[in-house]
Amino acid sequence: MSLRVLFAALVALAIAASLPMTPARADIVVDVNQGQIQPLPISIAPFGGEHGADIAQVVGADLERSGYFRIVDPSASSDKGLNVGVVPLFPAWRQIGAQALVSGGGAMGPDGRLGFDYRLWDVNGEKPLDGQHFVATPENWRRVAHKIADAIYTKLTGYKGYFDTRVVFVAESGPKTHRKKLLTIMDQDGANPLYLSDGSYQVMTPRYSSNSQEVVYMALGDNFTRIYLFNIETGRQELLTGKITGLVSAPRFSPDGNRVAFSVTRGGNSDIWLMDLRTRTETRLTVDPGIDTSPSFSPDGRQIVFNSDRSGSPQLYVMNTDGSGVRRLSQGGGRYNTPVWSPTGELIAFTKQDGGRFSIGVMNPDGSGEKILSTSYFEEGPTWAPNGRYIMFHREAAAGDPRLWMVDVTGRVERPAPYSQSGSDPAWSPLLD
Amino acid sequence: MMLQATPRTARIARGALVALSLALVAACASKPKYTPAVPVAEAPRAPAEPAPRTAPAEPVQSGPAQPIPGSEQDFVINAGDRVYFDFDQFAIRPDGGSVLDAQAAWLGRYRNVRVRIEGNCDERGTREYNFALGARRAQAVRDYLVARGIDAARIDVISYGKERPIDPGSTEDAWAKNRNGHTQITAGAR
Repeated sequence: MSLRVLFAALVALAIAASLPMTPARADIVVDVNQGQIQPLPISIAPFGGEHGADIAQVVGADLERSGYFRIVDPSASSDKGLNVGVVPLFPAWRQIGAQALVSGGGAMGPDGRLGFDYRLWDVNGEKPLDGQHFVATPENWRRVAHKIADAIYTKLTGYKGYFDTRVVFVAESGPKTHRKKLLTIMDQDGANPLYLSDGSYQVMTPRYSSNSQEVVYMALGDNFTRIYLFNIETGRQELLTGKITGLVSAPRFSPDGNRVAFSVTRGGNSDIWLMDLRTRTETRLTVDPGIDTSPSFSPDGRQIVFNSDRSGSPQLYVMNTDGSGVRRLSQGGGRYNTPVWSPTGELIAFTKQDGGRFSIGVMNPDGSGEKILSTSYFEEGPTWAPNGRYIMFHREAAAGDPRLWMVDVTGRVERPAPYSQSGSDPAWSPLLD
Repeated sequence: MMLQATPRTARIARGALVALSLALVAACASKPKYTPAVPVAEAPRAPAEPAPRTAPAEPVQSGPAQPIPGSEQDFVINAGDRVYFDFDQFAIRPDGGSVLDAQAAWLGRYRNVRVRIEGNCDERGTREYNFALGARRAQAVRDYLVARGIDAARIDVISYGKERPIDPGSTEDAWAKNRNGHTQITAGAR
């Protein structure tokens, strides 16, 4: 017992320094690239203090939804008194099959803020893997939970987390012939859904900036198309395309957030344009009689992948950001649309239409290594989690309503995203600060 | 096909009739406002007579009114407001050409009318590609009308992509209906 207390003191010291307590490499890891994912059994001991139970629940739900973890019910463990200040009785957790263990607890500080400590333990190795201290306003407890889940995910998979994020999308309601389509935002786990537009036009294809809380989207009215820039934090909205002749669609930010690529349609012909948000000047990038749309930047900002039917059917092409060096990427049979470069730069996600079915797939940026992750009657619109491991998209059954889905890059974790109503065109935010 | 009134055209027809009756009411109501200042001598009344005997009432047939020439309803019924396209195509088909010939003739007759050509697609495509495809279809309709002598300044074009299907179904038949170019009158109709 005295050893346990001593250890607790050491843990507290390490926490105070806000540093991980062991080398970054954990002995237990979830190998997410094996032929079959064996979800890691992890138990979350009851968290004490303010919002403790709430936070434990959200952490568990995040980890479970990732597909890489299996939550082991802690109530079966005989180690009942575990709190953040003591070392676990590891055999008790081994006995219920947990390989990793999370303990934690919070307390309200004199300033009215919530302080929360968490620890991650290697049950078989009987050692701490991570520990962190978070301070937040009490109403922000969900973000504390997501940050804990991100820390655990990172430590045990080796990949950055993605739980402390939001998703903007289009909430759809009403009959298909008179569809209401509202710009909507929610936390990545479906909490805090909020409508951001008033329904005076249909909202399509919102896209998140990768470095700010800004969104660009297309608005479709009876007699107009517009591209708006919307700031999530201030609610300020700005029309970007007021001076542009022609129809506008398919906006997407550059990685530095300073430019927006989009499609301009004149005389029935769609080409890719680029707008500099600082000067509000536009440059035309493609001059081709085919349809050129759905531009997406490489994360280094040097290239743009886009969709064109210049060869006769929609395929994926890549070009330099000045419009030079166009070359075709997609080579397989079928029709390719909506390319989206992953945040890590390693892959390009796309929608493929083949044999009357639609798929979400990925390929290498040189067009090789095509891999189909998910297929159904209809699905489109991939968006990457900021860690480049998951893709959210929307799927629609015949005569059905669109639903948000997610799949991981191995294709082995495929499940509905946590939004139970009708939604389309998801766009994932970067990790919040 | 052209006579199959969609709910929308039925609504337009009702709207046109309501507008017409309102106009008639307005016309009747406004006339008595002007009364001549000259006094009118009252004519002697004729002595009361027994009511004349009437012949048995002939049955009156009722039916849909003919659309008012130059109205939106007239355009929809007698010219046709939609042409249809093949999958992923934007070429005007022969059946669409005859509809557009009729549209051009009608628009040639009613020169104050302005139209918006709306390009539409079926649900079997991605949103952004379909938006661009719908724009091609709208442009094909516009170009056809302009080639038939309609002033391009009277025509706006827009694409609704796959966002505004007229048939919510997921059948070949529904998709065929939803791949269309719709000519919407925006001003100048009676």
